[in-house]
Amino acid sequence: MMNKQADQDLFRPVDPAYYDDKEVFRPSLSVWKETVLSVLKNKLALLGLTLLFLIVTLAIVGPMMAPYGGSEQNLMNTNAEPSSEHWFGTDDLGRDVWVRTWLGARVSLTIGIAAALIDLIIGLIVGGISGYMAGRGKKGDQIDGVLMRLVEILYGIPYLLLVILLMVVMEPGIKTIIIALSVTGWVGMARIVRGQILQLKSNEYIQAAEKLGTSTPKIIMRHLLPNTMGIIIVNLTFTIPSAIFAESFLSFIGLGVQAPLASWGTMANDALGVILSGHWWRLFFPGLMISLTMFAFNALGDGLQDSLDPRARK
Amino acid sequence: MNRLLEVENLGVNFKTYGGEVKAVRNVSFHVDKGEIVAIVGESGSGKSVTVQTVMGLIPKPPAIINSGKVLFEGKDLMTLSKKQLKKVNGSKMSMVFQDPMTSLNPTMKIGHQIAEVLIVHKNLSKAEARKKAIEMIKLVGIPNAEERYDQYPHEFSGGMRQRAMISIALACSPELLIADEPTTALDVTIQAQVLELMKDLKTKINTAIILITHDLGVVAETAERVIVMYAGMIMETSSVDAIFNNPKHPYTWGLLESIPDITTSSEKQRLIPIEGTPPDLFSPPIGCPFAPRCKYAMEICVNQMPPDFEIDEGHTAKCWLNDPRSLGAEEILELRGRGREREASTN
Amino acid sequence: MYILKRLGAMLLTIWIIATLTFMVMKFIPGDPFATDADVYPEDVLQNLRAAYNLDKPVPVQYFLYMKDLITLNLGTSIVSDTRTVNSIIGSGFVASATVGLLAMVVAIVFGVLLGIVAALNHNKAIDYVSMVIAIIGISIPNFILAPLLIKIFAVDLSLLPVASWGSWKHAILPALALSTTPLAIVARYTRSSMLDVLNQNYMKTADAKGLSTYRIVLQHGIRNAILPVITFIGPLFVSLITGTFVIEKIFAIPGIGRYFVDSIFNRDYPVIMGTTVFYSVILVVILFLIDLSYRFIDPRIKLTSKEG
Repeated sequence: MMNKQADQDLFRPVDPAYYDDKEVFRPSLSVWKETVLSVLKNKLALLGLTLLFLIVTLAIVGPMMAPYGGSEQNLMNTNAEPSSEHWFGTDDLGRDVWVRTWLGARVSLTIGIAAALIDLIIGLIVGGISGYMAGRGKKGDQIDGVLMRLVEILYGIPYLLLVILLMVVMEPGIKTIIIALSVTGWVGMARIVRGQILQLKSNEYIQAAEKLGTSTPKIIMRHLLPNTMGIIIVNLTFTIPSAIFAESFLSFIGLGVQAPLASWGTMANDALGVILSGHWWRLFFPGLMISLTMFAFNALGDGLQDSLDPRARK
Repeated sequence: MNRLLEVENLGVNFKTYGGEVKAVRNVSFHVDKGEIVAIVGESGSGKSVTVQTVMGLIPKPPAIINSGKVLFEGKDLMTLSKKQLKKVNGSKMSMVFQDPMTSLNPTMKIGHQIAEVLIVHKNLSKAEARKKAIEMIKLVGIPNAEERYDQYPHEFSGGMRQRAMISIALACSPELLIADEPTTALDVTIQAQVLELMKDLKTKINTAIILITHDLGVVAETAERVIVMYAGMIMETSSVDAIFNNPKHPYTWGLLESIPDITTSSEKQRLIPIEGTPPDLFSPPIGCPFAPRCKYAMEICVNQMPPDFEIDEGHTAKCWLNDPRSLGAEEILELRGRGREREASTN
Repeated sequence: MYILKRLGAMLLTIWIIATLTFMVMKFIPGDPFATDADVYPEDVLQNLRAAYNLDKPVPVQYFLYMKDLITLNLGTSIVSDTRTVNSIIGSGFVASATVGLLAMVVAIVFGVLLGIVAALNHNKAIDYVSMVIAIIGISIPNFILAPLLIKIFAVDLSLLPVASWGSWKHAILPALALSTTPLAIVARYTRSSMLDVLNQNYMKTADAKGLSTYRIVLQHGIRNAILPVITFIGPLFVSLITGTFVIEKIFAIPGIGRYFVDSIFNRDYPVIMGTTVFYSVILVVILFLIDLSYRFIDPRIKLTSKEG
């Protein structure tokens, strides 16, 4: 009797609402949250971010931490080894390498970030217009065609070669370098933005939004931009270091910022003659900082790329 | 002994960031020489993982095989070294994949991709392999075989590529051919041709076939026996006749209801989907995995995993409804207050 | 048909670069002899200007410049008026090409190798280590690395000559310094390409066919993974050319790059223009050859097919 009762209980139909509050199905994380989480999980990206933070902080406060001016000479104490007085030593004019390194950081970072931002803006505008216009009637295709021809031609010219040419004829200085770097630098970004927009445009949800009468600015703001953001940010983390490299390269071959202004490239160039005489600190510290900065941006970019790429996500 | 393949108690997990996914649990089945067995289930039910484990193709990590034996011609494949397994793969046991557009190497001539298997497994010379490969291309019904031999995959249509895949798989006359949704990516008319081809070749070469599909229509046309999988487990297994005439699992009923019925197409007939989605396999329910979606769920289904009830010889169903203590399915529906009449499962 | 079209585009690009170079040079305020005004009497300056066609109107100058270009005459140096740009390029070519090609071979061979090894050991220690090495390689500019290499291998260990040009030993350090960044980039590129290929369905097919691991990786994997890497040779070449500017300066190698940098320093405009055009032509030709070979190697692209 008892058994039968138990069986009846067991085989009683279950209330259809039984599973409603049970977590049988897994809630999904939002894309944004997942991205932030995976960036933080990515050790390389985190390392890059930390390094960048340190370098930027030191570029701001570093020169104030030592009681010397950037072009303050002390001919009594030239080419001194690193010591408690001069943390990174002094150069052949007795200037403090620590102070000059961080002043150089300001120049390099300013040029890198400014050039990359200008590239971004021009690239977004040209790439955006081109991508948006493509396939929009004869006129649209013509606009796209003209812009893309321009991009193609500029893309075919070696970047640094053109920059060198421009630098030869322009007044040297920070502004000039930024301009010279931006004249051709935007081409890569424009190509990427255009490609992204073209790809997105073929997506059904964009076509649906268009058919439903959503206004063009709204489509661009709500659909196109947010979906290209990821790849743009990743690209930015790669254009900044290449601009920084270009600046130090130009300064190294004598076309960059001019004395008394210091940049990592000019410091490395000045130190070239003395490397054999053993004054390693004059090359080492600016060289280390260029490398660390490039490393930080590249590591961050790699991490971001991994986290934004749905294929790479597990 | 007629038994070709025997899978016992197979369990496969996947390691992910979120924990371990229990992709295949406690799966046992067999395939006899020369028969066609279909494995049916919706996406994520563990069909592909099961057969890829049999072939030793599952990447470890992330996969972990935590239990089970795979006996092929009496030898346990799990205990074989990678090298020994490579001698079985492609010669005695081979596989055709779902997407013919991406399953062929795009930079290698089709003919070479066929001949390669013969060179590796049958020790044929290049010239012999070429001759045999051209024969295979003819066999699978591709016209102009000699010319086609020197072409690349992008010069083939989808159906032709799948024929090429089949000729690769059958080049060494294997004992067992595993076809993982071989027609899913193809047009309907091409689908029928490819299935017809496989059935035809099966009689010519006497190969046993495991056919994975989510399409019961395909099963009815080709298979002799059926295995129904859900959430990594076998829910019901029987002959094709029994599945269509006397199904014993609510999940099978659901699958049958979701087949479009051409015979009654005169009236507007709606397909009945199975409501809900498969359970989270990170932490599957303790009881029957189908219970959350089941119209006939009982208290016991929630708390206890049903055993495999033997309905007939070769027909088992993992469902408590088959327990002598259970009420009938109709009664339960009424009790659950839904009253919606179950569509006759015998349509 | 396609080749003709590409040739046309090639000539157009070269023409645009040459014009651009000409225009940029014309933007310079004054003329190259402005600084010599106090040194030479007016009639000498007049003669100099006439010798370089600077006394004629700009369109005529442009026309003469183009005519010279077509006849492969790149002009004469202003600083040392006995040397033509052609002779400068001629005398620097061997050294530059030796260092450049050596660096290119090292970058491609070891970059591809490193990338493939990393991809085959995906998410294992070897993978992480190679990729960290690659990022470091990208991060250290060659003009920082070169002095470092000199310090270690030439000064401290005395294994190799410090600088200048002569025996094969002189080429090792410059090529090494020049190849590091491209090597790292090639490695990363190859790795991601190889990972992509490893995830392709046809690799699973190859596995199911029971082929040996060697055969799977070599015939089905690397062959497909390496194709996109070929397109990368163009940018690689650009980075090598610009790299030679600083490397030849640091190692005191008498190559084209060093003459180019010197000409920038001396504002030797004909040399700057001539060298720029020369580099551009080489680059455009290389890009064309790469494109051609790619179409030859990848069966999916036919030479007869339309662009893209």
